[in-house]
Amino acid sequence: MAGTAVVSPQRTSSWWKRNQRSLAPWLFLAPGIAMFLLYVMWPIFASIWLSFYDWDGLGAKTWIGLENYVELIDDENFYTSLKNNVIWLVLFMLAVPAGLFMAIFLNQTVTGIRIYKSLFFFPFVISQVVVGLIFSWFYAPGFGLLYQLIEWTTGTGIAFLAEPDYVTYALVAAGLWPQIAYCMILYLTGLNNVSPDQIEAARLDGAKGWKMLWHVILPQLRPATFIAVVVTIIGALRSFDIVSIMTDGGPFGSSRVLSYYMYEQALSEYGYRMGYGAAIAVILFAIMMVFITGFIWKMVGDERGV
Amino acid sequence: MNVFLKSLFLGVSAASLIAFSASAQQRVLRYNADFDAAPLKAFEALIADFEAANPDIDVQLTNFDHEGYKTAIRNFLTADSPDLANWYAGNRMAPFVKAGQFMDVTDVWEANGLNDQLASSVGSMTIDGKKWGVPYTYYQWGIYYNKDVYKKVGVSEPKNWAEFVANCEKFKASSIDCLTTGTKALWPGAGIFDYINLRTNGYEFHMDLTAGKVAWTDAKVKATFAEWAKIQPYITANHAAIDWQDAAALLVQGKAANYVMGNFAVAVFKEGGMTNDTLGFLQFPEITAGLPRAEEAPTDTIHIPAGAKNVEDAKKFLAYVASAEAQTKLNAALGQLPTNGKSTVGDDPFLKAGFETVSTAKGVAQFFDRDAPAEMAKAGMEGFQEFMVKPENLDAILERLEKVRGKAYN
Repeated sequence: MAGTAVVSPQRTSSWWKRNQRSLAPWLFLAPGIAMFLLYVMWPIFASIWLSFYDWDGLGAKTWIGLENYVELIDDENFYTSLKNNVIWLVLFMLAVPAGLFMAIFLNQTVTGIRIYKSLFFFPFVISQVVVGLIFSWFYAPGFGLLYQLIEWTTGTGIAFLAEPDYVTYALVAAGLWPQIAYCMILYLTGLNNVSPDQIEAARLDGAKGWKMLWHVILPQLRPATFIAVVVTIIGALRSFDIVSIMTDGGPFGSSRVLSYYMYEQALSEYGYRMGYGAAIAVILFAIMMVFITGFIWKMVGDERGV
Repeated sequence: MNVFLKSLFLGVSAASLIAFSASAQQRVLRYNADFDAAPLKAFEALIADFEAANPDIDVQLTNFDHEGYKTAIRNFLTADSPDLANWYAGNRMAPFVKAGQFMDVTDVWEANGLNDQLASSVGSMTIDGKKWGVPYTYYQWGIYYNKDVYKKVGVSEPKNWAEFVANCEKFKASSIDCLTTGTKALWPGAGIFDYINLRTNGYEFHMDLTAGKVAWTDAKVKATFAEWAKIQPYITANHAAIDWQDAAALLVQGKAANYVMGNFAVAVFKEGGMTNDTLGFLQFPEITAGLPRAEEAPTDTIHIPAGAKNVEDAKKFLAYVASAEAQTKLNAALGQLPTNGKSTVGDDPFLKAGFETVSTAKGVAQFFDRDAPAEMAKAGMEGFQEFMVKPENLDAILERLEKVRGKAYN
């Protein structure tokens, strides 16, 4: 009797001991995994599932299979949004070199350099909504600074936000302003870690200017460049606030991007087509997935390499 | 002795009656609304009057931000339903009616003779032969114009479309925008379309078009756009980038002559410094001669949600809001038109003109985005905006709208 009473706790403790090492990480990860499943994975699958339905958010859902996607293929607005997303992606990448050169320019020791740095960083601190408002005044026909400047030089002003051919570029310019500041700060911290020995060695070998930048500085800035590219791509695909504040997707839908079109279809005053909105979200997710997979691939590769 | 007993008896019963009504709990009537500051004040007065007339009812008003309400109503109707809720007439209420979220109030109309008193709103409040709410106000649309600019250029009020177009050329010569609008939010452009279509093809055709019964590629629709094309060059050039208030400023500053707008814009014009002497109101001029005149008058309404708990008192409130006296007082404070034909309007020249205009109209449209279902409205208003910027795209626009018509009316 005494024997069995001793054995059974020993058994349980030995099972725990045997598996402790493999279980502990999962236990520590559990809260994070639970959150991730609830707030990331579940919405993704719920959206995909919803995209097969016709639903106005109030009444009953009707299963319509792939009809939302079929409609999407035939939807001009979808292609306009897709095209604008590509424009955003390509032009937004300018933020990376622009941020780099600004960082190099500011990476010096002059009195008051901290003030200049924070002034350059300022656009990133203010809300996107405010950036959008400031730029819509900048472009505004009649009293806008840029409008008047163009009117003064050429005789007729251009209302960029009313021109279907220019409007997306005008929006990207507004979005670039804070994004350049963001890339700049990433590079400024990166520049702090550039090894002075290597620069000195390169200088002894006669490297200067562009050669120094390209072959000595930039390779050391690779981690910063990687992050800058990632945040810029994500920023370009999320370009919702600026579009919403400055044009509401107009004029006649020519500045829509996918995220805004999704919002319009699913949640705006004239929308409430939840299924169709979800289908757009799925497409946007698929596009993002291409980049996300690429990043994860690279990160895993880097870690294996180390 | 007998008399004494009688009076004693009466006294006791009266006292018990008072005691009863005082001890009886007030019944709560929960009301969700989306009033701006000035209408809120007017409605608080109306609620106070209603409570004075019905001391056993306590109306609890929850006021929402106007834009936020459009989203909020979808949540509170299903989650936590009030007894009364504000909304709009026409196709705007159709989704809620179809989803069974609004209660049929036909009995309120019948019991209070509203079919007769609210005759102009019968059409816009009826879906499937039943009434789904009560209208409390509407306002006219029309052309607001700057009298000083008319004087400066030396033109007189146009009596028909040809004169209006001829005036436009004269305004152009003085580099004044003949017609201004700000379509950043899309809807102001729809007012122009509605009127040109109503005047070119008449009320029946316009309602058929917004109800999806006519193709957008129909020759009659093209006729409407052909009339529109006549004034397209005289519309403020950058209208797609400005809000309607910015366009109102152009009219106030004398940079524009005419503005197709709703009567709510009068407050903005007057804030900008215009007075009854400088601001004028015109009915939209006749295009096709001899066509019965129809007007735009978007109607604001109150409904009983299907999940209401205090239905009986809610119906009492609807009947009160629909009554002629309540509407006279309410709309005097709102500065809008009462929907009850027995009501009266005050001395304001624009209200008088509006009441005259709307009450003598042969048909009342609700505005494009209320007459047409949401998807059609959005696509249509974008098309109107595009047409005003690039009239050469007309055929592509109409084909696109026709495609949307194919799926928006299910």
